[in-house]
Parts: sequence; structure tokens; C-alpha cells
Amino acid sequence: MDVKLRVQRFDPEAADPKPYWEDFTATIEDNGTVLDALIKVREDTDGTFSLRCSCRSSICGSCAMRINGHAGLACKSQAKDMMIDGVITVEPAGNMPVVKDLVVNFDTFWDKIMAVEPYLKPEGPEPEAEYIASNEAMLHLSDVTSCIMCGACFSDCTVLEVDPSFLGPAALAKAYRFTADPRDGDENGVSKDRLEELTKPSGMWDCTRCMECVQACPKGVAPMDRIMALRDQAIEAGFHNTNGARHTEAFSESVQHSGWLDELRLVPKSLGMTNVSALVGYAPIAIQAITHGKMPPIIHKKIPDSKNVGKIFDKVEGPKKR
Amino acid sequence: MKYAFFPGCVSRGGCPELYPATKLICQKLDIELQEMPAASCTGAGVLQEKNELLGDTLNARTFAMAEALGLPILTICSTCQGVMSQANHRLKNPEYLAKVNGFLAEEGLEYKGNANPKHLLWVLVEDVGMDKLLSLITRPLAGVRLAPFYGCYIVRPAAALDFEGHPERLESLEKIIETIGATVVDFAGKTRCCGFPILTINERNSMAMVGKHTSEAKDLGADAMITPCPLCHLNLDSFQPKAAAQAGRPIDLPILHMPQAIGLAMGLSAQEMGLKRHIVNTKPLLTKIGAGAS
Repeated sequence: MDVKLRVQRFDPEAADPKPYWEDFTATIEDNGTVLDALIKVREDTDGTFSLRCSCRSSICGSCAMRINGHAGLACKSQAKDMMIDGVITVEPAGNMPVVKDLVVNFDTFWDKIMAVEPYLKPEGPEPEAEYIASNEAMLHLSDVTSCIMCGACFSDCTVLEVDPSFLGPAALAKAYRFTADPRDGDENGVSKDRLEELTKPSGMWDCTRCMECVQACPKGVAPMDRIMALRDQAIEAGFHNTNGARHTEAFSESVQHSGWLDELRLVPKSLGMTNVSALVGYAPIAIQAITHGKMPPIIHKKIPDSKNVGKIFDKVEGPKKR
Repeated sequence: MKYAFFPGCVSRGGCPELYPATKLICQKLDIELQEMPAASCTGAGVLQEKNELLGDTLNARTFAMAEALGLPILTICSTCQGVMSQANHRLKNPEYLAKVNGFLAEEGLEYKGNANPKHLLWVLVEDVGMDKLLSLITRPLAGVRLAPFYGCYIVRPAAALDFEGHPERLESLEKIIETIGATVVDFAGKTRCCGFPILTINERNSMAMVGKHTSEAKDLGADAMITPCPLCHLNLDSFQPKAAAQAGRPIDLPILHMPQAIGLAMGLSAQEMGLKRHIVNTKPLLTKIGAGAS
């Protein structure tokens, strides 16, 4: 099978180093992968073409790159499934500086992984023998420990694209691997110090829930789902004093009491009712909404049978939360 | 064609122009919309942060109401679509469904697992068909360049949105743009995030996303952007002046709700489509369409 590739290249030693596109055709087996085609290009057409790869079986995490605009492992992508109008477009992974062709510099990726202290930090008295974790607890962690650090989620993260200080999906998923481990944190397995650190700016609340990382991850880690679980853990551990936590709680209360969202009150409740400077900052937007007839209803009516919605909250969450 | 209508919170709140625009075009398309007044919010992914089971139960309640009416669900919000699709995907597990139904029993509801919530965008492409839509176009948007902006929840995660069964969903918005006579402005940001979910959490990042996508489309020559998501609309339109100030450049790209663009091409007036409620000035666009200013 002939595979047409459109590849973004970059040579740092060129007179005027700029990314440019180059087209190749590679002949591979019908069931070959995008990686097979790229290796073929390097072997048969252009020995200066650079890419990282090793295991060719989705285990080592070396060959993450953007294929048709979305991050994935080249070795896990069947070439015949990836052709759009007969062509496969390949670019280096995003959100990291390009070293050469498809090779990117992972330094910031690793810095963020290190920043979440990726090792167990038990507190309190040491047990007489070993620390015990139940089978159930470890089974729960099996998805998140499948991470192979390929950087696909990091590449496609929409927040990192505008804010390099964000911890990002891989590091936050790694953090969850420890906050959800019963051996980490206090005697009840609550990792309060970690959670407090992660509620700070650039942490868990900065994720925009776009699911790019869920889509990009080749191993089913679903980093965004872990970030959502971190948020729940943080609220449960008592860290309510963030715009994110206030937003989630105000949203939830609104649905619980009226059945639908009270948009008008959600903004001030999220910012904090005593946060005068932030509230004043929203005044021009509020005035603009009023003058354009876009103000949500001032009187927020309950939906019919809204008490049935409230009852579902009670049944699922338990009455303690009321 | 009749559907159980799920308008979502925002079309009755921060984007009140969307609801009547939808009603008007559905009338023309012979789509009958039956309201489900007692249906709750989907949770929008926010409630699911706190408790996924709770969110899924509320959505199962809505699904059960639609089943009782014997109607498929039609929504006009990408976020509602995504959250309902994800819930429905999880509810395919019979044990989980039974557990969720346990919470619904007191209200006399039971979800049997047959709901198939569909955004108006998908209804148009899959149920109505482009031939029918084309037959109603009296004022094609010839020469108008429209950039599609989907909204995250109607494009990810693929598994919950059944793209394997419905590959046409991936380019549905482009198909609508072409059918109403406009030209598609393809750009990298079309399936990215508008930044709305972090508006009150990290406004700087949220505005950077708005600025990035709207200016990219503008620089590619777009006359307007078209979106099936009212949450994206809120951020991309209402907050565009703020995003432009942060980016230090003018943007001035009108953002149309998908039903508004369709309505204008059907000959409905700018006033009927509620364009006076937009923050970014739509007059130059309306002049180009020949719809006059509202």
C-alpha cells in the first residue's frame, strides 16, 4: 500500500530555521501503521528526517505526535484509517518546543510531573508492618497508572496552549494517582496537603473541561475525569474557598432547589459575594447585558415538580449534604 | 416530525435570542417541538464534577419523560448534547441503569434505555436532510464566509457521540453552512474550547481562548462565526470586546447561533432572529446578506 504523508519539518541548523511542509510517499504493508510509514521515509527517502520511536506497540510512549491535527501514538494508528482524501498529515506534538522535525523537548512536561511530587507521602504513625492497600483501591487506580507519559494529552491541552503555567492533564492525573491511593496522606487516606497545593492557581480548577486529553490519551487514562475527581476530593476535604469550588457548589445548589440553572446568581456566587473588586469588574458586562436584553431572568422560577429533583439529590448524595 | 424539546438553561437565560429563533425555523421545517417543562438541567458537566451518579440520574429522569411521550429528544445546546450522550453511554450498562432507576421509582419514572438525544444540528443532517433544508432557503448567504465553531461537548469524547455509526456528524456544521449558501472558513480552532467553563475561575485564560479563535477566523476572512452551542456564544460574543482588549487588537466578528444563520437564509428578519441582542455589531453582516439592519 502506498501512503502519502504531508509532514511538518524543522531544521534548527538551517540558515533560516522555520517549520515547513514536505510531502512523501511510502510503501508499507496494508495493515501498516503511520509509524511504519514514517520509518520507511527515514530509511528509504531522507536519512535526515528525525522522529522518536522505540517499542512500536503502544507501550513506550515515544512516538506521540499530531496526526491529522490531533495527538496520538503513530504506532497505534493504522495508516489506512488515517487517510483524509488520500493523505495523512503529521506534525510534532503541540505545547512543547520542537527540537527537530517530529522530535520535541519534553522538559516542561517532566517539570510538571515532578511538581506534583509523584511518590507516596504517608503521614501519621507508621504501621507495625507494611502499609496495606485494598485490592479494590488498587484496581480503581489501574486506569490512571496505565499512563505511559507519551505527552499526547499535554500536546492537545487547550489551557496549556494559552497558559504554559498550567500543571496540565498528565501531571494532574499523576497527582490523582496519589491522592486516591489509601497509603497517601493522613490515616484516612486523605491527602490534604497535596489537595491544598493543587487548588492553587494553575492547578485543578484551571482545567476547562474540553476533553481534548480524554480523546488524545492512547491508554484510557482519561486525565480530565481524574481532574474532576480531584475537584470532588478537594471540596470533600474542605477546600471551598476558590472560585472553582464556589462555582460547582452554587451550580449544584441552583439545580437542587429550582431544577435548573440560575445564571444571574451563579457569577457573583462563584466570584465570592464579598469579592468587591471582582464584582465591580463584572459591572460593565452586566450593564451591556441589560442594554442588549440579554440579562437572565431576575426572578428565577422553579421548574414544575422541582421538589422531585431535590429528592434525587437527597437520595443520591445522602441527606447529610442538605 | 415530532420531538421532545430540551432547550437547556442558557437559551432561556443568557442567550434568550436562541429559543425563539429555534422555534421559528422549526416551524418552517415542520419540526414539532413538545416541551418537557419538568425536565431538569443536565448538570452541564459541573454537577458531574461533584457526583457523576447524580448527574446521570437527572438525565435518566429526562430520558424517561421523553420515553413516556414516545418521542426522541431534540436539544439546541452542544453542552447539553454531550452531557446527555455521555450519561446515556454509561446507562447502557444494565446494572448501572437499574441502580439509577431505583432513584427514579418514587416519582413513578423508569428509564428503559431507548432515548436517543439529538442536537438540532444532527436532526437536520440525519432526519430532516439537506434537500428539505435547501428547499426552504429563499435568501442564500452567497458570498458570506462563515467559520464553524462546534463546542467541545458535541465533538468529544468520540465514543459517547457515536461517530462510528454517524460519521456525517463530524462535518455536520460545514454541511449546514454550504446548504444555506455560505462559504466555509475552515480553521484549526473550530473544535477547540471557547473558554467559557473557566470564565469565573481564570478569566485571563478564558479571554485568551476567545481572542485566539475569533481573531484566527477573522484573519482568514470570516464574516461571522456560527455555533450550535449557546455557552460558546456567550463567551465568543458577549466577552469578545474584553478578549479583544486583552489581545490588544480589534476583532469585531459577529457570532451567530446556528438557527439564526439558517433563519436568515430562510428569509426571516434580523429582528425575528433576535440579532439586536448581540454584543458584537451584526449590521455589516446583515448588509452583506441583504437582510437590512435590525
